[in-house]
Amino acid sequence: MSFESEQHAEDYWKENLRMMLTLLSIWFAVSFGCGILFVDELNAIRLGGFKLGFWFAQQGAIYVFLALIVVYVVKMNKLDRKYNVHEDHEEPEEFEEALEEEFTH
Amino acid sequence: MDIQTLTFIIVGLTFAVYIGIAIWSRAGSTHDFYVASGGVNPVANGMATAADWMSAASFISMAGLISFMGYDGAVYLMGWTGGYVLLALCLAPYLRKFGKFTVPAFIGDRYYSNTARTVAVICAVFVCFTYVAGQMRGVGVVFSRFLEVDITAGVIIGMAIVFFYAVLGGMKGITYTQVAQYCVLICAYLVPAIFISIMMTGHVIPQIGFGAELNDGSGTYLLDKLDGLSTELGFAEYTSGTKSTIDVFFITAALMVGTAGLPHVIVRFFTVPKVRDARKSAGWALLFIALLYTTAPAIATFARVNMIDTINGPEAQGTAYEEAPSWISNWESTGLISWEDKNGDGKMFYSGDERNEMNIDRDIMVLANPEIADLPAWVIALVAAGGIAAALSTSAGLLLVISTSISHDLLKRNLMPNISDKQELMYARIASGVAVCIAGYLGINPPGFVAQVVAFAFGLAASSFFPAIILGIFSKRMNKEGAIAGMVSGISFTAAYIIYFKFINPAGNIPENWWFGISPEGIGTLGMLLNFAVAITVARFTADAPRDVQAMVADIRFPKGAGAASAH
Repeated sequence: MSFESEQHAEDYWKENLRMMLTLLSIWFAVSFGCGILFVDELNAIRLGGFKLGFWFAQQGAIYVFLALIVVYVVKMNKLDRKYNVHEDHEEPEEFEEALEEEFTH
Repeated sequence: MDIQTLTFIIVGLTFAVYIGIAIWSRAGSTHDFYVASGGVNPVANGMATAADWMSAASFISMAGLISFMGYDGAVYLMGWTGGYVLLALCLAPYLRKFGKFTVPAFIGDRYYSNTARTVAVICAVFVCFTYVAGQMRGVGVVFSRFLEVDITAGVIIGMAIVFFYAVLGGMKGITYTQVAQYCVLICAYLVPAIFISIMMTGHVIPQIGFGAELNDGSGTYLLDKLDGLSTELGFAEYTSGTKSTIDVFFITAALMVGTAGLPHVIVRFFTVPKVRDARKSAGWALLFIALLYTTAPAIATFARVNMIDTINGPEAQGTAYEEAPSWISNWESTGLISWEDKNGDGKMFYSGDERNEMNIDRDIMVLANPEIADLPAWVIALVAAGGIAAALSTSAGLLLVISTSISHDLLKRNLMPNISDKQELMYARIASGVAVCIAGYLGINPPGFVAQVVAFAFGLAASSFFPAIILGIFSKRMNKEGAIAGMVSGISFTAAYIIYFKFINPAGNIPENWWFGISPEGIGTLGMLLNFAVAITVARFTADAPRDVQAMVADIRFPKGAGAASAH
């Protein structure tokens, strides 16, 4: 187990799931919500030459998808660091160990 | 220089680049061959994934489909991009941490069962073959129109190129060739779109241009003009569409989930060094895909307006056939456009009602678009090279999945566990060689159902792989009984529904007969739900997954300690 405790492992997974579900609900809302289910209502609103529902279905949803992945990548990297389960080579504890060794010799 | 010479030069140049890259990146081990040693930079990997994913269908057919479907075309736009969110959030990082070469390897190990592994191999090979046949056909069409060789010769040239770099370089060769192919195809897609956008609306960015005012001084918005034209000519309003809401919903969902379940897309995330890179790579892939996918609806709109205007003339009374622009006669000779002078006035007229005299194949819209808009010859040649790049990159990715599934999952893990790395590499090369030949044969002699089946490959992937992988990651207790029962019921239900409406009773394939109004294209979503339900129910009444498997699942849930993807 790479986590410091069982509790940590559980908390990490819970935070991960919460974030995933939040982002997926936005994913659902823009594509299936704005682009399909409420498209007629949104089409009453105009965005330049676009009807808004049509714009979401053929443009907007794709931009939001992209933003969701960017947010996920940034947040997950933070979460990995918080629980110290990231995969960098210069991991802090290894670095400290190396320092310690340096000093004891 | 005429178009044909230019096309020869540009297509020839791109081929030389692909072959050069293949020689430079020759694979030495199975590790190179299957996952490019897991050493591909996430940006390059994203580009390669994008080229892998965007097939001849995306490049050649999609904008044409949207052009004829209007709003309903959104099912492809959202369906084929939304799946990447699922991939990035729910699959890619965990599968990368798991660290095996293939999807069948994950299914087989996670469900501790060679039966599950074999079921997955069969699904993967079936999905990939239906797909690859369509690609070879795309190569043939481009060759026959622009180089005026016949389709058979076109397919054989395409096969030879793919054979060369897929068999020699494996995943390593394919990945770097795909980076080059992405650059070719995206330029080929964007350049004409930008030209036409400037001509019609004065905007450089097509994504903005198609929602802008026309620059003919009338002050009307392009989309409003198209809505007006469509209703006048007896079509549905362009921005509204004709499919029922529930059908649009289910088709979009099936395409999204199917994308996330396609083996040649998933395998891409094994080729990066770290879990973090797998997440990032999905983001880059979607960015590169979005460039094309947000341009497609713009091209669709421009092409539709241009086409109606050139055929029906400025007064919408039709144009005389003798004065028809050259693109009409060029494409008439391929049989993809035809004109029948029903009212005997010698004028062509296009509409959605009984006045219509034109029969136009949707597949020509992207290829003919630069000719319709009267763009310079080099743009037309570039589009031909782009179409070929799109078809070749996807075929290579698919062939690799076929050969890995056979040499690794079937031979090494199932039938001949004692072969050495070198022998396995040889079998992988033989398998991809055989696969190229079969794909070429299917491209030259396409069975009538290929085009239809390609769309259904998504439904089948959605109803088989996706739930098994998701449950394998997010439920520790999910066991092999549940997973196998789920996969078998999901895929048989979906396949049965499709086969019934497409092959047994095609006449009955109308909304009134569909369950809940869901067309065969969208039924994969229902199959997926069925798969989940069956798997969870069966798992409740059978023993939990063994302890060591549960420990493995706990281990894939965080990034630390991910090594390079390995065979064992």
